[in-house]
Amino acid sequence: MTIPLTYIARNLVTRKLTTALTAGGMALVVYVFATVLMLAAGLEKTLVATGQNDNVVVIRRASQSEVQSGVDRVQAGIVESMPHIATGEDGRRLMSKEPVVLISLPKRDTRRPANVVIRGVTTAGLALRPQVRIVEGRMFRPGTAEIVAGRAVASGFQGAGIGETMRFASRDWTVVGVLDAGRTGFDSEIWGDAEQMLQAFRRAGFSSLIFKLDDADRFDAVKKEIESDPRLTLEAKRETRFYAEQSEALSKFINYLGMTISVIFSIGAVIGAMITMYASVASRTAEIGTLRALGFSRSAILVAFLVEALLLGLGGGLIGLAGASFMQLLSISTMNFQTFAELAFSFTLTPGIVAASLCFALAMGFVGGFLPAARAARMKIVDALRAA
Amino acid sequence: MLVALLVLKNAFRHKLRTTLTMVGIVVAITAFGLLRTIVDAWYAGANASSSARLVTRSSVSLVFPLPLTYAQKIRQVPGVQAVSWMNWFGGVYITERNFFPQFAVDAASFLDLYPEFILEPEARKAFLLDRQGAIVGRKLADQFGWKVGDQIPLRGTIYPGTWTFNLRGIYDGADKGTDLSQMFFHWDLLNESIKKLYPRRGDQTGLFVVQLKDPQEAAEVSEAIDAMFKNSLAETLSETEKAFQLSFVAMTEAILVAIQAVSFVVIVIIMAVMANTMAMTARERGAEYATLKTLGFSNGFVALLIFGESLGIALIGGLAGIALTFPVAHAFAEAMGTLFPIFFVSEETVAMQLGAAMLVGVAAAALPAWNTARVRIVDGLRSIG
Repeated sequence: MTIPLTYIARNLVTRKLTTALTAGGMALVVYVFATVLMLAAGLEKTLVATGQNDNVVVIRRASQSEVQSGVDRVQAGIVESMPHIATGEDGRRLMSKEPVVLISLPKRDTRRPANVVIRGVTTAGLALRPQVRIVEGRMFRPGTAEIVAGRAVASGFQGAGIGETMRFASRDWTVVGVLDAGRTGFDSEIWGDAEQMLQAFRRAGFSSLIFKLDDADRFDAVKKEIESDPRLTLEAKRETRFYAEQSEALSKFINYLGMTISVIFSIGAVIGAMITMYASVASRTAEIGTLRALGFSRSAILVAFLVEALLLGLGGGLIGLAGASFMQLLSISTMNFQTFAELAFSFTLTPGIVAASLCFALAMGFVGGFLPAARAARMKIVDALRAA
Repeated sequence: MLVALLVLKNAFRHKLRTTLTMVGIVVAITAFGLLRTIVDAWYAGANASSSARLVTRSSVSLVFPLPLTYAQKIRQVPGVQAVSWMNWFGGVYITERNFFPQFAVDAASFLDLYPEFILEPEARKAFLLDRQGAIVGRKLADQFGWKVGDQIPLRGTIYPGTWTFNLRGIYDGADKGTDLSQMFFHWDLLNESIKKLYPRRGDQTGLFVVQLKDPQEAAEVSEAIDAMFKNSLAETLSETEKAFQLSFVAMTEAILVAIQAVSFVVIVIIMAVMANTMAMTARERGAEYATLKTLGFSNGFVALLIFGESLGIALIGGLAGIALTFPVAHAFAEAMGTLFPIFFVSEETVAMQLGAAMLVGVAAAALPAWNTARVRIVDGLRSIG
């Protein structure tokens, strides 16, 4: 025989203030827990979606990012002549030789400078990234001092909005368009004509080569060919992997920090739940005795109090998740340690995070409720009845 | 005296509940202290910087080098005492996980400009004489178990190849704010190797450090330096060392704001737990407080009892939390290695922890005290907790 759920739930409703305070504490913990997971998921999603599976990024060996890398024209030519590179509609190879540099621009809100990636691209470079669209204005004209800014850059940095100009490399550049890269890393970049950039920054070589494979499965063969050629000091990576690796340090940092904080917070919340449940058991001693006298078993009492604690946890979890889901409206922009450049990403709520947060809330309820429930179940009928 | 005893007896009437609440406060105050210390560590570089030094770098961004010939020109600017230059090296020691900053420096002028790096005279001499020599901070040497005379191989990410350095000295800091997790080696060595590999990249440096004759002149001198290179191929941006360091902090500001917010959330959570405890306590003692009032004790006295109990629990927990912060921060710094080179609990943090504990105590007692004062004696006597 089990104690009905409505009976259990009503016990929580009776002590409104205590229930609200305990569930509120748990809600805050779940909110922080979910928010951190959402941040890490958003970062991962942004960078994983930046790459295409059949694209290959070639950078100088041992350089970890495009900005650190350097590929001279001779090496670029050798790579371009290799087989297995797809050809575009115009019959030319789908390979983009890109200079990538950082410039420091002041942010709109704080006026403090942050590093922004400037990428020189070619027509092939646009074909390689089908997710990038111009949403406002137009594309830059090759051979001019025109640039287009990613959405996050256009809204976040001074002089990066459409029609505005910015000065770098002793030249004024006009922003003629805003590009939307579908919430990928390119939203945080500024694009201009590759040859113009090379001239302006007085670079002799490129930073990276990006090309499309004619067959996505041929990657290993192409990688081997590039890395074993004695004339080349380059390494090749799948674009998806390349960008995933760039987020590793930051996402690890967010995860570690978030987990540490969640664990510390949950101790507080579990203690809150424990206090509430002990008080609940203590004030209902006579009631527990009556229930036992009526024939409810020890295990029924144990289950009843455990369920009460779990309900408390579930309530807190749902409130916390509801709060966290509003965070999806925000996006944050910070420096990625590995690339030394600004990267915008948003909080992303996935079904996995919902499940993890609710499990976490229930676990807090369980841990907080178990000892008090055990105390309730251990009571002797006579002693309990006498307590009133 | 008697009142204090009554408050104390009251506080420990429910031993389990009071203990649990205290444990919660200890955890929260410790976490709060740790998070504040992490935020402090972020600003440590800026706080340790000297106001008598300027940093001059390319106005485009840090990744663009400046020609070395600028050193002579900067030296001629009025108000400049001395000039040194350095380059970020970005090498990897065995694996990426072992990150620590390495700089190629103009050794002699660098050591003169940074008196906070204390090096024994013999070590200084040995370092200056060995072109392949390097010096590292005490903390870094301890972490990897390096001894003077060891060879340190680094894999270059910006400058290709494997570079091997001879450890010639281990420096200590002038005070506890000095960064002891850096490595310095000879810029000349880097420059010569680069010239052979990439002639175009030779005789260039990442940034200049300028020693001022008078720190008051920082603004004028930095303006004079930048004006000199205006409209040249490599325009410069000069600022005080502190502003330079703060610009790095600003880049990761979003994370910093999050940590700060979280450090306050933990206090709010514990406030809810503590308020819950006090609400339950006051509810149970409704009849008791009514009796006190019947005997002629004022509302203020009853409120004093509640506030005293709440503050007492919060303060005992808070003090234990503060005491615990030091070993926890130490363990955290050990685990993080060189990620946070300067990591110590400041007096300010301790004061904030104490303030937070008192705030929790007062806030938790407010509602029950008000409720008790409001309830009529008759209703209070009738209540059964």
